[in-house]
Amino acid sequence: MTRRFVTHAVLLLTTMGAGCRRPAAPSAALKPTGAGAAIVMSSGDKQAGPTGMVLANPLVVQVNDDQGNGVAGALVEFQGSAGVQFDPAAALTDSSGQATTAVRLGSMGGHYELSATTPGKGHPLTLQVGETALGYQQQLGSILADKYCSRCHDQESSAAQVSNYDNLAVKPHTFTDGNTLNKMSDADLLSILQHGGPALNRSALMPSYGGTLTPAELQAIIAYIRVVADPQYRSAGVVYEQKRPNAR
Amino acid sequence: MKTIKELLRSAWRALFGNTVRAFGVVGVILLITLAIAPAKDHFSQWRSYQNGYLAMIHDRGDAITLRRRFVPGIQQIWLPELGVVDRCSTCHQGLKESSLADVTTQPFSKHPVIPHPLDAYGCVICHRGQGPATTVEEAHNSQRAGEDPILPARYIESGCGQCHQNALTGTPQLNLGRQYLAQYGCVSCHLVKMPDGVVMKATDNPPSLEHIADKTTREWLYTWLKNPQAYAASATMPNYKLSDADAADISAFLISSSRPETGDSSADLIQVAKNADPSAGAVLYGESFCATCHAVQNAAGNLVGGDIGPELTRVGNKVKPAWLQAWIENPRTYDANTLMPHFRFTPQQVAILSAYLMSKSDSDYGADAHLNTASASQIAHGRKLVVELGCAACHKINGVKKPDNFAPDLSHIGSKPLAQLVFLPGMQQTLPTYINSKIKQPGSFGTGMKMPLVPLNDTQRDALTTALLALSDRSQTMPEKLRVAGVPQTDYEPAGHAGKLMEEVACMSCHRFNGHGSDLAPDLSYEGSAVQAAWLDSFLKNPNTLRPALTRRMPRFNLSDADRKMLTDYIMVVYQSEKIDPDKAPPAVNPPALVEEGRQLFYSKYACQSCHVANTQTDKGYIGPVLTDVGSRLTPAWIYAWLKDPQALRPGTIEPNQNIRDDDARAMTAFLMTLKNSGKQEAKR
Repeated sequence: MTRRFVTHAVLLLTTMGAGCRRPAAPSAALKPTGAGAAIVMSSGDKQAGPTGMVLANPLVVQVNDDQGNGVAGALVEFQGSAGVQFDPAAALTDSSGQATTAVRLGSMGGHYELSATTPGKGHPLTLQVGETALGYQQQLGSILADKYCSRCHDQESSAAQVSNYDNLAVKPHTFTDGNTLNKMSDADLLSILQHGGPALNRSALMPSYGGTLTPAELQAIIAYIRVVADPQYRSAGVVYEQKRPNAR
Repeated sequence: MKTIKELLRSAWRALFGNTVRAFGVVGVILLITLAIAPAKDHFSQWRSYQNGYLAMIHDRGDAITLRRRFVPGIQQIWLPELGVVDRCSTCHQGLKESSLADVTTQPFSKHPVIPHPLDAYGCVICHRGQGPATTVEEAHNSQRAGEDPILPARYIESGCGQCHQNALTGTPQLNLGRQYLAQYGCVSCHLVKMPDGVVMKATDNPPSLEHIADKTTREWLYTWLKNPQAYAASATMPNYKLSDADAADISAFLISSSRPETGDSSADLIQVAKNADPSAGAVLYGESFCATCHAVQNAAGNLVGGDIGPELTRVGNKVKPAWLQAWIENPRTYDANTLMPHFRFTPQQVAILSAYLMSKSDSDYGADAHLNTASASQIAHGRKLVVELGCAACHKINGVKKPDNFAPDLSHIGSKPLAQLVFLPGMQQTLPTYINSKIKQPGSFGTGMKMPLVPLNDTQRDALTTALLALSDRSQTMPEKLRVAGVPQTDYEPAGHAGKLMEEVACMSCHRFNGHGSDLAPDLSYEGSAVQAAWLDSFLKNPNTLRPALTRRMPRFNLSDADRKMLTDYIMVVYQSEKIDPDKAPPAVNPPALVEEGRQLFYSKYACQSCHVANTQTDKGYIGPVLTDVGSRLTPAWIYAWLKDPQALRPGTIEPNQNIRDDDARAMTAFLMTLKNSGKQEAKR
């Protein structure tokens, strides 16, 4: 009697387990017809978007053969840190060798390291892609920067927003210019924003915004400058010895 | 069987065989029982997280500080006024530790910077979930009726919307969602009452169908009803997924119920246009700045133009030529409330423009619409469908009354209990997923579903879902002092003959006056204080853009001299700012020394040339208005007040308030008042 019970229990558990098993990975359904020698970035990297949202532009990577020409039908799998979703998570390259996916960032602000992997010939090829998720404060900063700063600090010119960069006698730093801006403390950035360029003996072409924006708004702009900096900004916070690899 | 019985008996004898042994055994059982509660506490989930936190901070440089601030045991934020009992910080230990900004392992990371202190608002107000719970599962997921799972990050702005009825700078998602509710006509069928009692109004201005037969044909209506976005990609009319027969019947009813309006069709002027230069139409379309409001698809398939009026890519397929001519002549004959200005075109111009617009057509569009003459029963069936689908909730239709409360009230949709929702098979059973899928595919929620498919993409749908989730029960019970009211449109209307003129040229379709109008162009509530009458008169006669980086969008309205003078006088007298006292204005003409001082300040101390052009030879600033003619455009009182505090005169302007001293402002006003275009340059323009 006991044995029969055990058999039943095992059977039941097996069926439950089978029922709960996730559906097969989507990549299993894709039949790759090509393999490349290299995987390169096409567009959609280094974007910044609000946490939990789909990035404005899709991520496009290209699989090339050793001549540098696109390979059609190669499998590309996208992977990211916790919370990042791809639609689709795996794709075959199109006739021009490109695979496209929409990226939804995770719920934590900061940098996300994503990767695109293709089996390649022999060993898998991986491409690292960096994207930035903006938390509340950084997103507020990005909105304010769009309104008040980017007309001068962004060289990109569009019909909707014509850049004033070329018209200025002293060229402003773009916000992504980490090499310069990372070397300035928060306090220095704040005084330039608040009192204008002359506060730090710089050009008066940068006006003062202390009378226009609130302290919280100025901090938001600084937070935005920090998060989009390239190379990445590392705060001069606490310095400590790392005894073991960071459990990330 | 027998052996078991004997086994039990021997065990009993071994444990309780004599009194002393029995006493000992009972004592041990009692001790174990007493130990259950402390053991459960010791092995609880939250304690293991707290131990994990201590292990994580152990290796950090600021471990001593962090350890000093660590408080063991269950933590709680209790806010009786808000109904918050949140124990989230029991496990989420690092929320307030600014030095943990680099930690990405949950539950220890720092909370991102937000405008509110965590202790004053708690967690569940924005994130939802069960605050008093002390296990991960219970806190984050819903297990019982009335419980809320944690809100996905993409909808987090709905938390802000529970108190903030106004549009915050930091919540673009929520603001867009609210805009879509009004713009896509959701609130024409659904009641959306904001927590402060304001009922949301639609802003999509759907056309009246009372005289529709004057304007278009039954074939066009049929094709449009089948798929509005096939006619114009930007159309906000939703898709009702009608069958061929239903679309044919509805179009038959709409045409048969239409009543002709005198003046809806003018004499045939097409012949006049044929004699004109073929490029004249495109030139007139450009010169009249039709693209400020109307979009046209270009060869690459991109929409070029504004979204205030309907897209005109295939307008030639839609309208009847005679109607179009009458419309261009004076749109208020057909629709008294239209946003379109009365341009006062000459008959020649009307003919040229309408011929140009009629040529914007696509021979493939509607080519398969072959409709037989409708029978009475078909018309009756069409009427029945119009009533059932609630067409009259948006459009005026002869013989069909506007239905009241046509669709469910959405004022509490953000807290709708899951038990009242019907989920699709395989769908994640949460409220946000339900709302999002219902908007995405209303048809799959039952065949009797009347809700149409609103043309929104994924991002737009997320925004709309965010705005709907903000309409929660909690938003209704928030303390009054936390509530931030929205800024509703006032019902300001300019008065008299000038007011009628302003209505005819549709000033408020682009400009805002005293809280009423649109934000496409500058707010003109204080224009009378700002500008000089002569400049305003010449600007209305021949408008030009003041900002070099902006494309000119202001059309010329061809007003008669008398009308223009009346409009100028009205604006100069009525739109005055209380903050500007013309009696205390700095003088318009000043000694050269003061002018020179102002010039120095303008170019060196305040470096205004980074945004403005005062001298076309030297300055390149491309952001603010060109100032070469500012001395004949603005009043000295306005310039002085503007330099002192621009946001006080025009809230939200990007001209920074540089905290300019009185003396400096006076000197710069003196300098700016000397900047006047010579007559030569004026003529060149």
